[in-house]
Amino acid sequence: MKHFGKTLLALSLGMLAACDKPAESDSKKEETPGAAAPAAAPAGKTLHVYNWSDYIGENTLANFSAESAIQVVYDVFDSNEVLEAKLLAGSSGYDVVVPSNPYLAKQIKAGVFQKLDKSKLPNWANLDKDLLKALELSDPGNQYAVPYMWGTVGIGYNVDKIKAVLGDKAPLDSWDLVFKPENIAKLKACGVSFLDSPTEMLPAALHYLGYAPDSSKPEELKKAEELFLKIRPSVAYFHSSKYISDLANGDTCVAVGYSGDIYQAKARAEEVGNGLKIAYSIPKEGAGSFFDVLAIPADAKNVAEAHAFINFLMKPPVIAEITNEVHFPNGNAAATPLVDEAIRTDPGIYPSQAILKKLYTFPDLAPDVQRTMTRSWTRIKSGT
Amino acid sequence: MKRLRHLFPGRQLVVGIPFVWLLLFFLLPFAIVLKISFSEAAVAIPPYTEIFTYVDQQLKILANLNNYVFLGQDELYLSAYLGSLKIATVGTLFCLLIGYPMAYAIARASKEMQTVCLLLIMMPTWTAILIRVYAWMGILGNNGLLNSVLQGLGLIDEPLRILNTDLAVYIGVVYSYLPFMVLPLYANLVKHDPSLLEAAADLGAHPLASFWRITVPLSKNGIVAGCMLVFIPVVGEFVIPELLGGPQTLMIGKVLWQEFFNNRDWPVAAALAVVMLAILLVPIILLNRNQAKELEGRL
Repeated sequence: MKHFGKTLLALSLGMLAACDKPAESDSKKEETPGAAAPAAAPAGKTLHVYNWSDYIGENTLANFSAESAIQVVYDVFDSNEVLEAKLLAGSSGYDVVVPSNPYLAKQIKAGVFQKLDKSKLPNWANLDKDLLKALELSDPGNQYAVPYMWGTVGIGYNVDKIKAVLGDKAPLDSWDLVFKPENIAKLKACGVSFLDSPTEMLPAALHYLGYAPDSSKPEELKKAEELFLKIRPSVAYFHSSKYISDLANGDTCVAVGYSGDIYQAKARAEEVGNGLKIAYSIPKEGAGSFFDVLAIPADAKNVAEAHAFINFLMKPPVIAEITNEVHFPNGNAAATPLVDEAIRTDPGIYPSQAILKKLYTFPDLAPDVQRTMTRSWTRIKSGT
Repeated sequence: MKRLRHLFPGRQLVVGIPFVWLLLFFLLPFAIVLKISFSEAAVAIPPYTEIFTYVDQQLKILANLNNYVFLGQDELYLSAYLGSLKIATVGTLFCLLIGYPMAYAIARASKEMQTVCLLLIMMPTWTAILIRVYAWMGILGNNGLLNSVLQGLGLIDEPLRILNTDLAVYIGVVYSYLPFMVLPLYANLVKHDPSLLEAAADLGAHPLASFWRITVPLSKNGIVAGCMLVFIPVVGEFVIPELLGGPQTLMIGKVLWQEFFNNRDWPVAAALAVVMLAILLVPIILLNRNQAKELEGRL
């Protein structure tokens, strides 16, 4: 659910990658590890995977190729919209894709995906039953999609800067931090950013105002817009990926963003050793959560290989290794004990039961509601 | 003439190539976009309804004009078109102000220098535009090169906020499209006969007066061509406002992206594109007229 700017970056880095950083980060045609794996597949058995950028373990693909003799051609995207446009245009050429749940329902209705053959997915039993149930909202009967990772949209902040501005009583565990005009006005000087996503930010405002986060009532949406207009002067920018580096560099001090991304910012700040302490909190009022799922396009050519790959990703050690790297919790109950303790016990990554109950999912929106939200967001951002 | 044509039938073939090109790469895609603009959004692959139905030997066309009506109902689209036109106009003007002296100087330089200069003008375009725009993000940012240098020199205390403003978009536009202004101007200016200026000088004209009254009118076609080459693509520009502009930079390219990706409303996006093309047709027709006149003048 990120942003087009990063796609552009990914594309351009892809061009640079040849000379500069061959198998790292955002490059578009990221590694093709299948090819790199020693004595990999006998020619012919290939699998085309389209996943989010920075969303897989370092050795996952090589291990899969070694085990299955299937060569993986791995591409990355960084926005659901881009993935969806490809799927809706037809003949995407991919065998496994990773959409997020609010987009899944409509894509299933449009006939984008084929039903999974569960007889080829013996590891299905490892999945988290509660998560599967939640996913049924988008995919009734769990026929099309396997949960991969999930996460929350909460608040990332620079611990020391917030303390300097708001003192010890700063409401770090509440949306009050950014939605109360007097709080955010004080934070303006050190920089506050929001995701550039009407469908994730307006529900947060609706929820904060006490309305249902999936409300489609015009007057309630209007109230959410008014809330954003009130705090707009104090917002440095709306962007869905830039905040990672800005938070890590100290250019901003608060970012409403994806849990895993904030943890990435934290890891980066620690790596650089600039002394900045970044933390993430899921506000106590509750927050939005999203699932990213594995699904097979209806026109996929390598269906058997796609099932083999999905089954591989449902192995507890495999998925636990990915979580250790990307800091998003996975949808695999059997894998939780294998996840690093520091991650497994971090309430920002694996929330407590009390918080879990307060999380809401982003709804599948009717086209006219989607349009109202997009329009409202333009008004919030540009004043037009 | 007629006999010559019969002797070389290949000639028609050669003339035909640009027409085939136009048909394949302009008219056909345009027809598809036009068709989509008359359909309705739907949950399907592709995500819009068919406008042609053929049942019982009856071909029915269901053209839905709502998308165009809709564009007129929300001031967003008008402001976006106006925003694009404003940025394109101002950007073109600055390209002309900077590009004209450059082209003039190159045209007056020695033959060897001309080759070197033209190469230098074209060289940046060998790098992908995306990377060059990204470089500007690095230069204009709050902690960017420009602000670091200015602060280092003690000229400013606070970093100048340039990135994510309209100013950054203008800088990006002028930088990216300058070669398209310089090249046609140079091609025009280099053909000027220097004896005209000498004659003017002999008759007592001030160099400025002869520049204004001889060079500028003679280079009119170069100016028009350069301005069109800059203006037309800038109106539809998406990458530069997306990367360098701020939330208040409203341009049609960005709105089109929103319709297509955020609202998944391909029909409205297509209608927006058709209207944009209609707006662009005006300067294109003007350019064509101008060229036709020039050809007539030569004959």
